[in-house]
Amino acid sequence: MTLTVDTDRGATAGAAGRAPRPAMDASLRALEAEAIQVIREVVAEFDRPALLFSGGKDSAVLLHVARKATAPAPLPIALLHVDTGHNLPEVLEFRDHVVAQGNHELVVAAVEEWIADGRVTERPDGVRNPLQTVPLLDTINERRFDAVLGGARRDEDRARAKERIFSIRDAFGGWDPRTQRPELWNLYNGRHAPGEHTRVFPLSNWTELDIWRYIAAENVELPSIYYAHERPVWRRDGMWMTPGPWGEPGEGETLETRLVRYRTVGDGSSTGAVDSTATTVADVIAEISVSRLTERGATRADDRLSEAAMEDRKREGYF
Amino acid sequence: MTTTTGTGVDETTEAEREAAAEVLAAARSELRLVVAGSVDDGKSTLVGRLLFDTKSILADTYESITDASRRRGSEDVDLALLTDGLRAEREQGITIDVAYRYFSTPRRSFVLADTPGHTQYTRNTVTGASTAQAAVVLVDVRHGVSVQTRRHLAVMALLRVPSVIVAVNKMDAQAWSRARFDEVAADVRAVARNVGLPEIDVVPVSALTGQNVVDGGGERHDAAGDWYSGATLLELLEGIDVTSRAAHEPFRMPVQLVIRPRTPEHPDYRGLAGRIAAGTLRVGDVVRALPGGTTSTVTGLDTPAGPAQEAAAGESVTVLLSDEVDVGRGQVLVHADGERQPRVLDSLDGVVCWLSEKPSTPNQRVLVKAGTKVVRAMLTTSGQAWDVDAQDWVASDEQAQLNDIVRVGVRLAESVAVDEYTDDRHTGGFLVIDAAGGATLAAGMVGNPLTGRFDPSI
Repeated sequence: MTLTVDTDRGATAGAAGRAPRPAMDASLRALEAEAIQVIREVVAEFDRPALLFSGGKDSAVLLHVARKATAPAPLPIALLHVDTGHNLPEVLEFRDHVVAQGNHELVVAAVEEWIADGRVTERPDGVRNPLQTVPLLDTINERRFDAVLGGARRDEDRARAKERIFSIRDAFGGWDPRTQRPELWNLYNGRHAPGEHTRVFPLSNWTELDIWRYIAAENVELPSIYYAHERPVWRRDGMWMTPGPWGEPGEGETLETRLVRYRTVGDGSSTGAVDSTATTVADVIAEISVSRLTERGATRADDRLSEAAMEDRKREGYF
Repeated sequence: MTTTTGTGVDETTEAEREAAAEVLAAARSELRLVVAGSVDDGKSTLVGRLLFDTKSILADTYESITDASRRRGSEDVDLALLTDGLRAEREQGITIDVAYRYFSTPRRSFVLADTPGHTQYTRNTVTGASTAQAAVVLVDVRHGVSVQTRRHLAVMALLRVPSVIVAVNKMDAQAWSRARFDEVAADVRAVARNVGLPEIDVVPVSALTGQNVVDGGGERHDAAGDWYSGATLLELLEGIDVTSRAAHEPFRMPVQLVIRPRTPEHPDYRGLAGRIAAGTLRVGDVVRALPGGTTSTVTGLDTPAGPAQEAAAGESVTVLLSDEVDVGRGQVLVHADGERQPRVLDSLDGVVCWLSEKPSTPNQRVLVKAGTKVVRAMLTTSGQAWDVDAQDWVASDEQAQLNDIVRVGVRLAESVAVDEYTDDRHTGGFLVIDAAGGATLAAGMVGNPLTGRFDPSI
């Protein structure tokens, strides 16, 4: 298999006319320092932490920061991928490349195994993002993970805006916003009863633009689909969908080849691409800083289900 | 704002691209702020206005609140809907929990903790204030200073939020009356002095029209407010100095963990990892670890950007020492010859804000987390609580109830190194944790940050 991972997308890329790699400003350094502190608390206070790694940009940044948190020691945290089975191949290649390069332990919870033995039922629309919850919780219980780090950000969604950095989940993974622990100073309290676990979000205070500025400053590797590329797509619900195991164009929908990129990585049945000519990190930053659409609004069908779609999934144990 | 639908293609103008390039080129600092106000002071509208007028609201979000406003029968777009995140909040028109919002200008990015106003949610104001470098307290000009205003200012003083701004809102509803503003501002300043906030800014605003929030002038400007020529709320927030103060305090770094790779590349590396809470550390400095008292010399500093000669408050670093000393999690690194040393205590007096719905019990067995140390402890309430109306300590029940601010004594199973909270917010604050369930019961502060009735010498 040929790797399509692009290791030199940063502004240091060889092409002429690109700006030098930008230095981190004070606001980015503060966000990085906070995330490192949070990750170190997890390493110090928990026995079996895991880091949710989807191959998306937020989890790539989270892993990058986590490695710095314990450097020069190897990261003592397993990577956990809840695999919808609806991945773009570039993302899986990227995941495997990162795992091999960092010599990480990778645990895969494949939604298809849960569908095959009936623990989870495929939805009529084929969308698998909501189906990730049960495999995630089962794997947390089986592996006895006591802390699960995720790259979720408060600016993504208004229910997530109310999430704590350390968030306690009951045995069913449920999130009850009314009984959240107050989080004071930067004294994090991850204590939990047996059967409960703690979700930890070190990038809580980052915005999409912060993530990209950090990717530029640190030359963080990403799957190639985050940059403009030609792809066969069709239009559905205002998004550009691409064919795959999750589906083909339906009646009245026609396939065409367009220059697109992905703003988020997720289940292929519900994650769309956007028109883009951004081939470098700098281009992407220029593009999103003038964008009029939020990343989830632009590219996630599952978040359009209702005003409270994310809140409902979080209450059931979703990330 | 123009809107886009359809394929999600963004139509942008050249001017917008230039503005974006300017934002990117700017080196921004970060400011964390808390916004507090009573139920009807228009807090959600003010936060919505800050987000909207700094162009931090994207078209799809704006469309969704426009639709929601119409469904609720409102002609105008209700900016408050931007910040109400949970289903129950939208249904009941209230804010339940702290919500974090993000907006930025070319000079600064802001992390805003939007905290609910009801008395029962004071614990959320405390939560938001604990990490804030600045506070905005809202007062409705029509009602003036309320019990909530007194409570919010007391919380900001208790938590020692470094900069406090009072926004006197709904000025449009009082025809921008200068006399009325002056009256309210004088009352606000009197309360602030009483709780120990001698220097605050007071700014007249209308969150509804946006006047003096982000822009002083503009098309929404009401000429009746021309008498105010001071800074807008955003200008005040952009002008706050956040970095230099902390870097000059005595050095403190709670040790989070010891990094020992024991790999072929790094067989002997042994570093103390932590985030500098205050002050500046340099290679060559002699440090002491407390409790314990071991001293050693700093031979290296590893930062996220690589090895460095010095690092300051706010940075996460790894400290290399000249000796193989026994130092680890739970200890605080300080300068061995530093002026103000932390106190190493096995019992302390402090103030707690009770955050749990379960009241305290006599001689309650709890856990205390201070810095990176968690110890078993016994908590005794002193029978003194802060009275918001009297603005003073008064005799109270022995039991602390939700939202009570009470004085306590804490006996600790092991010594901890702490500072007076008024000297250092990071090493002077502690959590009171339920030993059984793990819940956070109270926010504690070493010493007594609220000293009581107005002292003219302040």
